[in-house]
Amino acid sequence: MHPVLTLVIQRLALGLLLLLAASVLIFVGTQILPGDVAQAILGQGATEQALQNLRAELGLDQPAFTRYFDWLFSALQGDLGTALSNGLDIATSIGGRLQNTLFLAAVAACISVPLAIFLGLLAVRYRDRWPDRLISAITLTSISLPEFLLGYVIMYFFSVQWGLFPSVSNINDGMTFLEKLNAVALPAIVLTLVVLAHMMRMTRAAILNVMQSAYIETAELKGLRRFTIIARHAMPNAIAPIVNVVMINLAYLVVGVVVIEVVFVYPGMGQYLVDHVAKRDVPVVQACGLIFATIYIGLNLLADIISILSNPRLRHPK
Amino acid sequence: MSDHAQEPLLEIRNLRIEATAYAPGEKPKDIVIVDDVSLSLERGKVMGLIGESGAGKSTIGLSALSYGRGGIRLSGGEIRLNGREIRTAGPGTLRNLRGREVTYVAQSAAAAFNPAKKLMEQVTEATLKHGVMSKEDAEKRAVELFRTLSLPDPEHFGDRYPHQVSGGQLQRAMTALALCPKPDLVIFDEPTTALDVTTQIDVLAAIKTAIAETGVAALYITHDLAVVAQVSDEIMVLRHGKMVEHGTVQQIIEAPREEYTRALISVRSIEHEEKKPTPEPLLRVEGVSARYGSMTKDVLSNISVELHAGQTLALVGESGSGKSTMARVITGLLPPRTGNITFDGKPLPPALKQRSREELRQLQMIYQMADVAMNPRQTVATIIGRPLEFYFGLRGRKRDERVQELLDAIELGKGFADRYPAELSGGQKQRVCIARALAANPKLIICDEVTSALDPLVADGILKLLLDLQKREGVAYLFITHDIATVRAIADSIAVMYQGRVQRYGTKSEVLTPPFDDYTDLLLSSVPEMKLGWLESVLDHRKMTSAGN
Repeated sequence: MHPVLTLVIQRLALGLLLLLAASVLIFVGTQILPGDVAQAILGQGATEQALQNLRAELGLDQPAFTRYFDWLFSALQGDLGTALSNGLDIATSIGGRLQNTLFLAAVAACISVPLAIFLGLLAVRYRDRWPDRLISAITLTSISLPEFLLGYVIMYFFSVQWGLFPSVSNINDGMTFLEKLNAVALPAIVLTLVVLAHMMRMTRAAILNVMQSAYIETAELKGLRRFTIIARHAMPNAIAPIVNVVMINLAYLVVGVVVIEVVFVYPGMGQYLVDHVAKRDVPVVQACGLIFATIYIGLNLLADIISILSNPRLRHPK
Repeated sequence: MSDHAQEPLLEIRNLRIEATAYAPGEKPKDIVIVDDVSLSLERGKVMGLIGESGAGKSTIGLSALSYGRGGIRLSGGEIRLNGREIRTAGPGTLRNLRGREVTYVAQSAAAAFNPAKKLMEQVTEATLKHGVMSKEDAEKRAVELFRTLSLPDPEHFGDRYPHQVSGGQLQRAMTALALCPKPDLVIFDEPTTALDVTTQIDVLAAIKTAIAETGVAALYITHDLAVVAQVSDEIMVLRHGKMVEHGTVQQIIEAPREEYTRALISVRSIEHEEKKPTPEPLLRVEGVSARYGSMTKDVLSNISVELHAGQTLALVGESGSGKSTMARVITGLLPPRTGNITFDGKPLPPALKQRSREELRQLQMIYQMADVAMNPRQTVATIIGRPLEFYFGLRGRKRDERVQELLDAIELGKGFADRYPAELSGGQKQRVCIARALAANPKLIICDEVTSALDPLVADGILKLLLDLQKREGVAYLFITHDIATVRAIADSIAVMYQGRVQRYGTKSEVLTPPFDDYTDLLLSSVPEMKLGWLESVLDHRKMTSAGN
C-alpha cells in the first residue's frame, strides 16, 4: 500500500477515536453538572412521585453507562433526542440553524482565506516596508477589537449611515442565493476581520521562514520576479503551517460565532445553544457539543491530511 | 552579441565589495570583503578562483550576476558583462541577465533545488521564463544535457523530485539547470566540495565534458587547487579579499610566484613515519555488528580491528560506510548487537550507562563541527575546565593553571581563556575541542572528521598539533575521515570501510601498497592530484580496465 494512504488512514482512525473521547467528555461533563433535570422541568413544587415518574420517562433512572451508549447510538443514527424545554425534536430544530451557521461560515471563509493568504504574500514581498506595516497594523487592530464592538461600528457605517446592507441578518428558505448573501454581508465582513490577522501573520511567518532557503536564491538567480518566487517557490513549501492555521480559523467561524449571531440577530447554532444553556436543556447542549466537536476535529483532520499530501517526500517516496 | 567580439565576456575592474557588520553592543561598522580585484574572462574560457574561506571567492563569483548575499554591497569598481556595465544596473536589467546570460551552480545542490517541484520544471524554468526556446525544445535540451552529464535514464530523470535522486546526481542536475538556457557564462561555486571523492571525480568529469561541448565560459570556485587544475585554463589565487596571484594553470602549479600559493600547493605533505604495532593492543574490536533501532539490516557487520597505544588507526570510507557508527559503538552510544570491545586488556561494557567514570575518562571524543560541539554561552576556560572538575575534582587556581597548560599545549596564547566560542576562528575552535578532550588525560581520542570542515592550511595545522600531542602525551587516535591525504599524514594503520564492512585492513604501508582490491583502488585513484591532466589519465585508465574485463 502507498505509504501516504497508510498515513491518511491512520489519521482518520485517530480522528474517530478522538471524536469518541470527545463524546465521552461531553456526556460526562453534562452529567456532573449539579442539579436535577426533572426538578428543573417540574419546578420546586413538584411531588416526589411526579419527579420519579418523569425521571423514569426520561430514562434518568438508568445507569450513566447505559444512557451514554443509548445516546451515542441514536446520535449515530441521526436521532439527537427531544429538547426538554419545548419537547421538539432536536435534529429538526438544529438542521436549519446548522445550515445557516455553515452558510455564514462559508461566506466568511471564501472572503477571508484568499484575502489573508494574498495579504501574507504581499507582506513578504514588501517586508519591513510600508505595505507590510500597514497590513500588519490594520489586521492586528481588527483582531484586537472585541467582536461586538466591531459589529456595531460596521453596522453603524454600512447599514445606518450608508444603507448598503441590512443591519438584521434575517434569512429564510424563501430567499434567493443573492438575497441571502446580501443578508449575511455584515456578519461575514466582521468575521473576516476577526480571523484575518491570525491567518495573514502565519502565512507571512511561514513564507519568511522558507525564504531563507538556498533554493530561493537559486530562483532569484534565474532572474524570476520577486512575487513569482514567493508564490511559486516559497508558498508550496509553506503549505503545512498555513493550512493548520486556516483550519483552526474555519473551525472558529463555525463554533465561535455566538456573539456575532446575537449582534446581527442571525438564526444560527450559536444563539440556539445559548438559549438552551440558559434553560438547562441538557440533550440540546449535548447535541450541539457533539456537532461542534465533529466539525472541529473534522477540520483539523483535514488540515493534517492536506499537510501530509503537501509533502513531496511522503507523496513520492524514493 | 557578435559586435562585442573584441571585448572580453566578463571584465571586472577594481571591484570593491563591502558589508555592514552588526557586532552585539557595538556600532555597526563597514567591513571590506573584496578589495581592488580585477579579472578578465574571454568567451569559452574557464577561470579558477581559489582561496580559503573568507577569501571572497564566492562573493566575486556572484558579482558576475551583480548579486550580493545578505547585506553585501558591490560598492565600487566596474563589472562589465558582454560589453555593458552591470554593477549599477537596475532590477529589470538584472532579471533579464540572471538565468540567461549568466547562471549559477551552487555548492549544495541538495539545498538549492526546491523540494516541492520536479527536476524538469526547475531545470527548464529560467529557459522558459526568458523565452530562450519553446517548452518542447527546452525539455529536449534538458534531456540531452542529462545524457551529456551521464545521469541515469535521461528521458525520465526530470520526472523525479530532488529527494528521489542522489547527491552526486543532483549536483549534475544543477549543472544541467545552469547550462539549459545556453548562457555565456556559468559560475560554479564549489560544485564538488560536498561530495565523496569517488562521486566527485564523476561529477568533475561530467562538468568538464559539458563545458567542452557547450563552449560556455566559466568561473570555477573552489578551495581545492588539485580540483581546479583539472578544469581551468587560468587560475586566480585570492586571500582576504585580495588577489594574490594570477596565471595559467601550468604556471600556478609548476612555478608559483607567491609564498602563499606555494603553501597551498604543498599542503598535506606532512611526512609521518609509521610506528610498529605493540604486542598488546589498547583497543580491540572483535566481530562487532550493529544496527539502529528497528532496522532489519546491520549498519556494521562483523568488524574486527585493533589499535595500539600511542598510535593512530584511520577509518576511511565514503559517507554511509559506517565510520561514524563505529565511533558510536566504541563510545557506548550504540551498544553492538554482537561482538566484544576490549580496552586496555579489560572488556569494555557495551552501553554508556554501564561504564565507570574512569572508563569514560580514558576515552574522549572530538567532533567534526567544533561550532556546535561547544556551549556558545561558556568561556573557553569553562569549557576546558569542566572535564578537569568532573574527572579530577580540580578547582580554583589549580584548575586555572591546568587550563592554561592545556591552552599552551594547543598553541593558543594567554588571552583565550576568557573568550567565547563565537570569538574564535574555525581552527581555534577545533583546538579548544582538542584541549577539552586532552583535559581528561585520555588513552584514546576518537577524532570524527575533525579537519573536514576546515581550510587546507588550517587543517594541516590541526594535524601537526595532533601528531605533536601524540608524541608528547602518548595518546592513541581513532581517526575517522573520508580524506586519503589526511590518512597518509597521520595514520599508523588503516581500515578501509565500505558498506558497513572492513574492506582492507593493515598497517599504512600494507594498505597503501598494491595490489589493491577494486574498491580501495577506486577510492585511492579518485583523490585529485595536483598535476595537469590527472582527471583524463584516471578516466582513461578506468576505461581501459573496464574494457579489459
